[in-house]
Amino acid sequence: MKLTLSWLKDHLETAASLAEITERLTMIGLEVEAIDDKAALKPFVIAKVLTAEQHPDADRLRVLTVDVGNGEKPIQVVCGAPNARAGLIGAFAAPGTYIPGLGTTLAIGTIRGVESRGMMCSERELQLSDEHTGIIDLPQNAPVGASFAEYAHLDDPVIDINLTPNRPDCTSIHGIARDLAAAGLGRLKDRTVEPVAGEGACPVKVSLDFGDTPSLCPGFALRMVRGVKNGSSPKWMQQRLIAIGLRPINALVDVTNYLTFDRGRPLHVYDLKKVSGNLVIRRALDGETVLALNERNYELTPEMCVIADDKGADSIAGVMGGENTGCDADTTDVLIESALWEPLNVARTGRDLGIITDARYRFERGVDPEFMVPGLDLATHMVIELCGGVATEAEVVGYAGYKPKTIVFPVLEVKRLTGLDVPGEESLAILSRLGFKATGGGYIADVEVPSWRPDIDGKADLVEEVMRIHGVDRIQPAPLVSHDAVNGRILTPLQIRTRSARRALAVRGMMEAVTWSFIPEAHARLFGGGQPRLKLANPIAADMSDMRPSLLPGLLAAAQRNTDRGFADVALFEVSGAYEGDTPEKQRRVAAGVRRGTAKAQGSGRHWSGNAASVDLFDAKADALAALEAAGAPVDKLQIEAGGPEWYHPGRSGTFKLGPKLVLGRFGEFHPKTLEALDVSGPFAGFEIFIDAIPAPRDKATRTKPRLDLSGLQAVKRDFAFVVDRNVEAGALVRAASSADKKLVTGVSIFDVFEGAALGEGKKSVAIEVSIQPMEKTLTDEDFEALAQKIVENVGKQTGGALRG
Amino acid sequence: MSELETLSTAIMAEIEQAPDEQALEAVRLSALGKKGSVSERLKTLGSMTPEERQVMGPAINGLKAKVTEALVARRTELRDAAITARLAAEKIDVTLPVRTAPAERGRIHPISQVIDEIAAIFGDLGFAIAEGPDIETDYYNFTALNFPEGHPAREMHDTFFFNPDEKGERKVLRTHTSPVQIRTMEAQKPPIRIVIPGKTYRQDSDATHSPMFHQLEGLVVDKTANVANMKWVLEEFCKAFFEVPSVKMRFRPSYFPFTEPSLEVDIQCDRSRPGEVRFGEGNDWMEILGCGMVHPNVLRYGGLDPDEYQGFAWGMGIDRLAMLKYGMPDLRAFFDADVRWLTHYGFRPLDIPTLFGGLSS
Repeated sequence: MKLTLSWLKDHLETAASLAEITERLTMIGLEVEAIDDKAALKPFVIAKVLTAEQHPDADRLRVLTVDVGNGEKPIQVVCGAPNARAGLIGAFAAPGTYIPGLGTTLAIGTIRGVESRGMMCSERELQLSDEHTGIIDLPQNAPVGASFAEYAHLDDPVIDINLTPNRPDCTSIHGIARDLAAAGLGRLKDRTVEPVAGEGACPVKVSLDFGDTPSLCPGFALRMVRGVKNGSSPKWMQQRLIAIGLRPINALVDVTNYLTFDRGRPLHVYDLKKVSGNLVIRRALDGETVLALNERNYELTPEMCVIADDKGADSIAGVMGGENTGCDADTTDVLIESALWEPLNVARTGRDLGIITDARYRFERGVDPEFMVPGLDLATHMVIELCGGVATEAEVVGYAGYKPKTIVFPVLEVKRLTGLDVPGEESLAILSRLGFKATGGGYIADVEVPSWRPDIDGKADLVEEVMRIHGVDRIQPAPLVSHDAVNGRILTPLQIRTRSARRALAVRGMMEAVTWSFIPEAHARLFGGGQPRLKLANPIAADMSDMRPSLLPGLLAAAQRNTDRGFADVALFEVSGAYEGDTPEKQRRVAAGVRRGTAKAQGSGRHWSGNAASVDLFDAKADALAALEAAGAPVDKLQIEAGGPEWYHPGRSGTFKLGPKLVLGRFGEFHPKTLEALDVSGPFAGFEIFIDAIPAPRDKATRTKPRLDLSGLQAVKRDFAFVVDRNVEAGALVRAASSADKKLVTGVSIFDVFEGAALGEGKKSVAIEVSIQPMEKTLTDEDFEALAQKIVENVGKQTGGALRG
Repeated sequence: MSELETLSTAIMAEIEQAPDEQALEAVRLSALGKKGSVSERLKTLGSMTPEERQVMGPAINGLKAKVTEALVARRTELRDAAITARLAAEKIDVTLPVRTAPAERGRIHPISQVIDEIAAIFGDLGFAIAEGPDIETDYYNFTALNFPEGHPAREMHDTFFFNPDEKGERKVLRTHTSPVQIRTMEAQKPPIRIVIPGKTYRQDSDATHSPMFHQLEGLVVDKTANVANMKWVLEEFCKAFFEVPSVKMRFRPSYFPFTEPSLEVDIQCDRSRPGEVRFGEGNDWMEILGCGMVHPNVLRYGGLDPDEYQGFAWGMGIDRLAMLKYGMPDLRAFFDADVRWLTHYGFRPLDIPTLFGGLSS
């Protein structure tokens, strides 16, 4: 919403400066986005051409001497304008002046051998208009030496307000003035409109025809002014329209635009002779087209409202008038329309058609219904004043009148909600300055809402009115009362686990990525996603169409992007949501990671101490276990099953389980077809763990750790090598050895695995180191012998393995 | 010179000249071994007269002691020389680089770090952290937050929608973290003090807008919380978050469907240095958040009587907070996973934000 300072002062009597006004506007909720104080035009002065001689060396140039009114000797200027002549009074720019229309700063120049120490400007050079056939030619009484901008009223500052959608009343300069006056910045001028005493009925009748559908037009007023002479609107009106960014067209149209801003009252004018028969307000027919004022054709739907004459739809209600009935220089009889439209319908129509107009801006916020007829009268007065003519009576249909809302307002609500101690009578005075009517004093008042404030619904809205006018900056910050002296843990177990997993993975040298929640459909399908319920109806790009079923495709793609940039050894992880369905429970909390190239935990690439090998499933397994451990999973109780979902390498992947059904994670190398379909190339290893699947920690009554019993007896290590079938899992062998004596055997580690012809077809050798910790007495040779025997027996029974000979 | 003195001179010379421990051992054997020259002399003591023994005893034993001492000294000397020689041979170029520790290479994304910073501050103010789903119903995202029918945010050009289900309802990707306000009010009775960090989604994409971004919602509901308390909480937060001794904030009336009164908040700053914003100084105002008293209708949707309960809420961009504090110029880079960007703007995993140790190092 733009306005100029002088325009504002048509409605507000104030001594406040521009700075005070704009500061207050922002502080009462009318945020000033930009101020153009027209400083750029200040350097231009009114100057008189004393002499104009032909340039000695150029046919089309003249050498002028110019009196700039500073009492010093005339200045020599070379000028190419055809109207440059002795005696002309115009606008002069001295060297060093920025010329807005040229975008350059003027310097002393020499043109064809003659020095030029300034410039006489055209209107275009000052960005006043497109006029550039000659320099500005002012009347002979223009004061030489004075500021041109001031003389021509071009110094009127322009204020641009970023208006919130709830304030239709401030789409009007009068409304803005009302707010400022309420805030103590002056007095609101009475701009009550004198009713028009029309002669005879309007020759065009209006009917609403919505059949059995809801009406989209809560009121429509129309009047004819006969015998107008349409020409340019007066200079002052044009200047104001130009200042706020509008193009003057002709007096009739300019009046409608002027009042749109002056009073927030959009209007429309029809050339009577172009209107066939009467007007009907109705829904558009399906596929009906309108040629709008912007000379474009629009195809409409029955969801849109039109004003039609006998020839069909003419205007798009509340959005844009029709080209066919527009007013031009030949218009003699004009129909002026002042109407009300359903805000939601105007908003949707404008959006669907992609039309943004000043009318739509106001109608979709809601214009003042009580100003429909006065607005028509005001427009009529202005048309008669500028164009002459005689008005008819108004044809008013569909308007049921305004029934004010009344809000019961306990004045203490202001204190309750804001902390501001505003006396009750002051609150009511503020409301009354804003046009509310309060009755019943004391603690509770009945407050009647003015017709221009459709945004006010309840007492909280009234509190806001009092708060913003009284001054938000007068609210002193007050501490929140603390519940506890020492605030305890605030994170939920899931939040703690998420955080711990994240830091555990970063500690392993991985970098945390945040990738898109939506991925290409093809990628989603590769990882078990792509269901219709997880597909966006309106993705921002085709490759951001499906909610990700896994974090892995995003991470793999990210690793490949880094590879393409020349960083091939990358370790990335992400801890975030993956989507198995569209309900809250189906949004999983997952930690996932990928390593590419040689990005091992201990380092990547070549190094003098030894080069890093390619990543493999054991890197991913170590990452997954670290994350699981950090996230509180009982890692020592996990089962590891070979294999995983189809996006993993079937022989080089595994699944972490707790019990037969609960999957806590997966790890491994990827299926070559998956990598190929993602258009990425490895070596890659990756994992995903499901933080939300980890069983909740048990509530503990005490933080005390279990008692620690340390044996004073020496711990011993014994090595065994077993030959087993190739398919026997090392994990099974370790379990068998451990179970030989749960007390004595404190650890089993595998220190060698190999396959060779000497072992026989389909066999492998697994060597283990068993840690034995005697607790009660030193073990004798016989004790060791018995234990070893038991280990060999167990391994034999459970894995079919035999001691290697 | 006596014969014993000659022997002594000879042995001492041999000891002195022994080039290594092996040669020295040979000298020891030839002198002090069973048949060694000194041992042989000692054996002669038995056949001597007491007078002779009186003289020769100490002399020969003295020689033995002297030789033994010289042997020990020479052995130490030879050992030291050998160690010195070995150490010299073992010299390694200590400037060869070591591999960087994994914990030094790993990085936490700025968004996660900033969320931890926020949690540290609000934890101290007695707030809990709440969360909610990214895929929301129209009810939680709009209706319960008092968005009127036909509000522009409910249109396809602002919000991501899923296709309608069999009942004709279409879910949305939440456009703000505010739905968690309703979910929280449904799940717990006041007093409520929560902050809600999370992912949010809008149809927007440029240097400062991204179709996916992160928001921090705050909600306080009890029987007294008012605008004055809200001002205090937000000022304390900004001061703590930006780690400056004071901030100047400007609260301006504004409009949001889910708060009444509504305010926007600007923070005073200095933007005169390229690529850097300083808070608590300067002449610029920068908008950083929107807030207000929870709208009575929102309280009702949350199952609370607005005449009994009241509260305030606010929302701000986490990504934007990160950009303002740490100076990243472009939001889109947050989601690109460029390891150079992560290395530069990311945080070391053991730099955990705390109030006692400072939010950032």
